[in-house]
Amino acid sequence: MFQPESEAMERSALEALQVDRLRTTLERVYSAVPLYRQKFDEAGVRPADIQSLDDLRRLPFTVKDDLRAAYPYGMFAVPLRDIVRVHASSGTTGQITVVGYTKGDVDRWADLMARTLASAGATADDIIQVSYGYGLFTGGLGVHYGSERLGATTIPISGGNTKRQVQVLKDFGVTGLGATPSYALLIGETALEMGIDPRELPLRFGVFGAEPWSENMRRQIEETLGIVAIDIYGLSEVLGPGVASECLHKNGLHVNEDHFIIEIIDPDTLEPVPDGEMGEVVFTTITKEGIPVIRYRTRDISRIVPGECPCGRTFRRMQRVSGRTDDMLIIRGVNVFPSQIEQVLTGIPGVAPHYQVVLTKRGVMDHVEVHVEVAPEIAFDEVKALEALRRTVAQEIASALAISIDVKLVEPKSIQRSEGKAKRVVDLRNEGGTA
Amino acid sequence: MVEQVSVFLENTAGRLAQLTRVLGDAGINMRALMVADTSEFGVVRIICDTPRRAAEVLDRAGFGASLTEVLAVEVPDRPGGLADVLDALQSEGINVEYAYCFVEPSGGNAVDILRVEDPQRARLALERAGIRLVDGSDLYQVD
Repeated sequence: MFQPESEAMERSALEALQVDRLRTTLERVYSAVPLYRQKFDEAGVRPADIQSLDDLRRLPFTVKDDLRAAYPYGMFAVPLRDIVRVHASSGTTGQITVVGYTKGDVDRWADLMARTLASAGATADDIIQVSYGYGLFTGGLGVHYGSERLGATTIPISGGNTKRQVQVLKDFGVTGLGATPSYALLIGETALEMGIDPRELPLRFGVFGAEPWSENMRRQIEETLGIVAIDIYGLSEVLGPGVASECLHKNGLHVNEDHFIIEIIDPDTLEPVPDGEMGEVVFTTITKEGIPVIRYRTRDISRIVPGECPCGRTFRRMQRVSGRTDDMLIIRGVNVFPSQIEQVLTGIPGVAPHYQVVLTKRGVMDHVEVHVEVAPEIAFDEVKALEALRRTVAQEIASALAISIDVKLVEPKSIQRSEGKAKRVVDLRNEGGTA
Repeated sequence: MVEQVSVFLENTAGRLAQLTRVLGDAGINMRALMVADTSEFGVVRIICDTPRRAAEVLDRAGFGASLTEVLAVEVPDRPGGLADVLDALQSEGINVEYAYCFVEPSGGNAVDILRVEDPQRARLALERAGIRLVDGSDLYQVD
């Protein structure tokens, strides 16, 4: 642990610290950011009303559109002369959002990223290649500052020029890699094409994030590169990388709770759900100065992993992000995100990541049938292999969604493609769609 | 080895008829067709005169067709013909995933199609037992 005095803090002390820091943050944003003052006033809540973590739910949410509307500096809580760095995220809809960091923010960020690297097993003796992009994107500089803070030898290679990445990886004796998971895999494949087996290099670990990836992809990366692959999480609106990170137990990402309060809410009712239940991840920053966010709705779907982690960190863990709120279903009372199905399918050879969920009623019970296309590039000549494939798909989907389902294999390209949002769900439950 | 066209089909009415019509319209002649099915889907296996073209034609028509390499052997069209072949494989511990047969109209011999776990070992075992392997060029135009 890089900061055991914080990372392994007693829960009661941690919660007291959270309340204290939350109240300071609320006072500051209420006086410095007109949008927060307006939102709080409309909700009829004053910073002084918030006395405990339970009171958090009385506060209004912040959403991505608030940040877009405030472009570029409208939500900064300090004068620009105190901002030493800006980053920005593009977002899919065009309008970029800008975030600012004070000297103190950059300093704390370096600590949090040093924690992240340390939780992947890194020490000052490591040589870390930072293959995340440097620039407005937070990934490159985030890992860079963390690596330097840890005292590791830092190679700021940024993304791109994959052959040179491999050369540096080999020649510089790199032991740790930071990259998006898909880029890590490309580096591994490029190495093999160049006749270099990455498993024979000193490379030992990698911290991967900034895009969704699956357990199957983790296995692939770990096998190709011969390393331990750690999932890291962050978003520029909250900080960048360094919000949460797996430890070597790889069972959920420890949230840096002394800097961020995590809530999981039901995206329909907007009420917090108990630990263990899936919902939308909401963060409140409690140490950020440049651009604090209050109850920021990430649209990412996750849950709190219940129980304590054997690593000794007391910070609660969020499960690997499994989807976005855009398309939630409620089946037999369970919140289900069809994007989870896609994630499962991408990890199974033999099926295409095209699917359709058909919901009907069997008696009073919801019945779920998932139609999955067999992959056209795989030769299917054996019934046995297809039956095994169907069972695998059914088991993997059922375990990802935590509900039982039936799987029907369908012909390649038989599920309708759509230009815009794919029609992933056919809900016949209220149309006499009984079976 | 010979090339078999394998097609994954959903069990829906008329789907097999559509498939055979697509092949017929393309002037493709089938030597053998075998369907393995469950309640929900089937796998159609076809030996025809132009397997690669058949797979392309079916793909274009929206079928999930692929080519599978299978063993083909020629045996006299008499009782016990196939049993001799399977014995030769069994004695080497080679499992057969599936098998089907058709009779050559000209020769009076039967052709057995075999899908085995380990085609290379199977070839050797069959050659040792004096069983004649049939090449693609014996059955269809190599396209």
